Amino acid sequence: MACKSHYVDECYAELKQFIEKLPTQKGALIAVLHKAQGIFGFLPEEVQDFVAKELHINPAEVYGVVSFYSFFTMTPKGDTPISICLGTACYVKGAEDIVAEIKEHINLDVGQVSEDGKFSLDAVRCVGACSLAPVVLIKDKVYGRLKKGEIKSILDGYMKGESHENN
Amino acid sequence: MTEYRIALRNSGLIDPNDIEDYIKNDGYSALAKVLKEYSADKVIEEITASGLRGRGGGGFPTGVKWKFAKSYNDEAKFVVCNADEGDPGAFMDRSILEGDPHSIIEAMAICGYAIESNQGLVYLRAEYPLAIKRLQNAIDDATELGLLGDNIFGTEFGFNIEIKIGAGAFVCGEETALIHSMEGMRGEPTLKPPFPAESGYWQKPTNVNNVETFANIAPIILKGAAWFSSIGTEKSKGTKVFALAGKVKNVGLVEVPMGTTLREVIFGVGGGIENDKEFKAAQTGGPSGGALSKDFLDTPIDYDNLIAAGSMMGSGGMIVMDEDDCMVGIAKFYLEFSVDESCGKCTPCRIGTKRLHEILEKITSGNGEIEDLERLKKLGQMVKETSLCGLGQTAPNPILSTINSFKDEYLAHIVDKRCPAHRCSDLVKYEINPDKCVGCTLCARACPVNAISGSPKKVHSINRDLCIGCGACDTACNFGAVFKN
Repeated sequence: MACKSHYVDECYAELKQFIEKLPTQKGALIAVLHKAQGIFGFLPEEVQDFVAKELHINPAEVYGVVSFYSFFTMTPKGDTPISICLGTACYVKGAEDIVAEIKEHINLDVGQVSEDGKFSLDAVRCVGACSLAPVVLIKDKVYGRLKKGEIKSILDGYMKGESHENN
Repeated sequence: MTEYRIALRNSGLIDPNDIEDYIKNDGYSALAKVLKEYSADKVIEEITASGLRGRGGGGFPTGVKWKFAKSYNDEAKFVVCNADEGDPGAFMDRSILEGDPHSIIEAMAICGYAIESNQGLVYLRAEYPLAIKRLQNAIDDATELGLLGDNIFGTEFGFNIEIKIGAGAFVCGEETALIHSMEGMRGEPTLKPPFPAESGYWQKPTNVNNVETFANIAPIILKGAAWFSSIGTEKSKGTKVFALAGKVKNVGLVEVPMGTTLREVIFGVGGGIENDKEFKAAQTGGPSGGALSKDFLDTPIDYDNLIAAGSMMGSGGMIVMDEDDCMVGIAKFYLEFSVDESCGKCTPCRIGTKRLHEILEKITSGNGEIEDLERLKKLGQMVKETSLCGLGQTAPNPILSTINSFKDEYLAHIVDKRCPAHRCSDLVKYEINPDKCVGCTLCARACPVNAISGSPKKVHSINRDLCIGCGACDTACNFGAVFKN
């Protein structure tokens, strides 16, 4: 649901409307940032400044909150975000090997976005699906009990799907 | 040993989206009972008498906490449900919120009645979107039926619940940090006292309980404190839900009476170790807990025994490890987590955990010195004693407990520069089994650093000092003669 560049004004308008409808602005910063990230896909400086202005607080306070919580990101994610769970159960079940496989297969390090913007790779702390360990999330889909080699064919599927969509 | 479901009594058995289904299973009858028959003090007495202790990890008596919260008078007071389940490896709160959301709503209303509060807040982590959806749905349904809102069951008591969504910070499980996060700020803890019961959300009296704690409330009211306190051990009453995961055959949630042994959980309900490997350790309490070796398999699990064993109950994550897991590596994994999640407010936690992690990194990369063990213990103890909140006070536990139970593994890394479980990549070297080697020279030709010597048709050998552990020889060998050591 990332905001496309030619709709920026509409995106800001949507965020402004959300802020205006809040029953109270007191303590609403985190909720507003969730909404903003939902609209824009990430929280660049301009969006943070906008939020600060609308909530009548210092931009430093907004930045302090954005940088404190791991859920908020200041860089855009790829069209197909890949999140690998590095919780303990996944770690014990070999999540590190899967990270290495993904890295090798799509040439992407944790925290990076591919040059064409198709994929991004992130490590997350426990998605609470420990009985399915090791777990990888691609877009909103959960892939559990992954065995060596499986992730490659799953990623291949997404690569083909992407190219198919582009045609 | 069988399971005994109190907190999970409805999870998976009722339709979480259907309030009628919950009501048919005695739902909201505990709330009706307290509103019609009990005074606020009587509710607190009952919860105190049950012996229920906080299931989020600390184990503080719930009734005592409620009594504190009630003792402060203010026009606004808050009941908070801590659903910021941050321990990597625990998912009972998610399961309860997704499978039985009304049990939490009912218990929070009972708590509101007891401490004289009309407003509830659930702090739920953003990583659990389904739990957020189901709980909101349940709140809406309960409000529509008049089980939340004003004049519940025709009495003067009114109660509302709002969901606050977190944004991913482990430290927010600590109650003062959680409160700051609910106020829209950075989730940094503050010194106690004042406790939240006196000055919490917007400086008003606030009572914070964990999801699983709340899930026990309605059954205690309906069946009585005596029934609840008849289950469990002398100082830990009732049951505990564990999230059994890792190298165990049956993974998932298991609810057993307090006092059940690790052996009964792992080898009974859990069905034993995967692939029939040997049990090495179980980590309880997540990054705040410790690794329990096989010496503790027959220790009854309760709050006090786990602390005596150098671990803690925590929220109930139980990660089982087998012979293939490196305990130094596990300690390093947890420290990496604590370094990442330390909020940075106090020095011992911010810098101390980083230094501890560096020493572990040094050991697992083969540069450890024997003095490092003493350094870890001394610094670990200092971080425990001087950190501001629970995160720092417990962060060294994984190191201290593994040094205690698995000192030989640390020594193997430091003295022999070997990782007995072959997990630390810098310490994994390859060797050649002379009985299997036929002298084909394939490995010597594959080795990128010329670490393999031997003439054709003669047994080859690998120079450990030159070996970089890449495994090219292992891939090249057709006779299975190359092995890790």
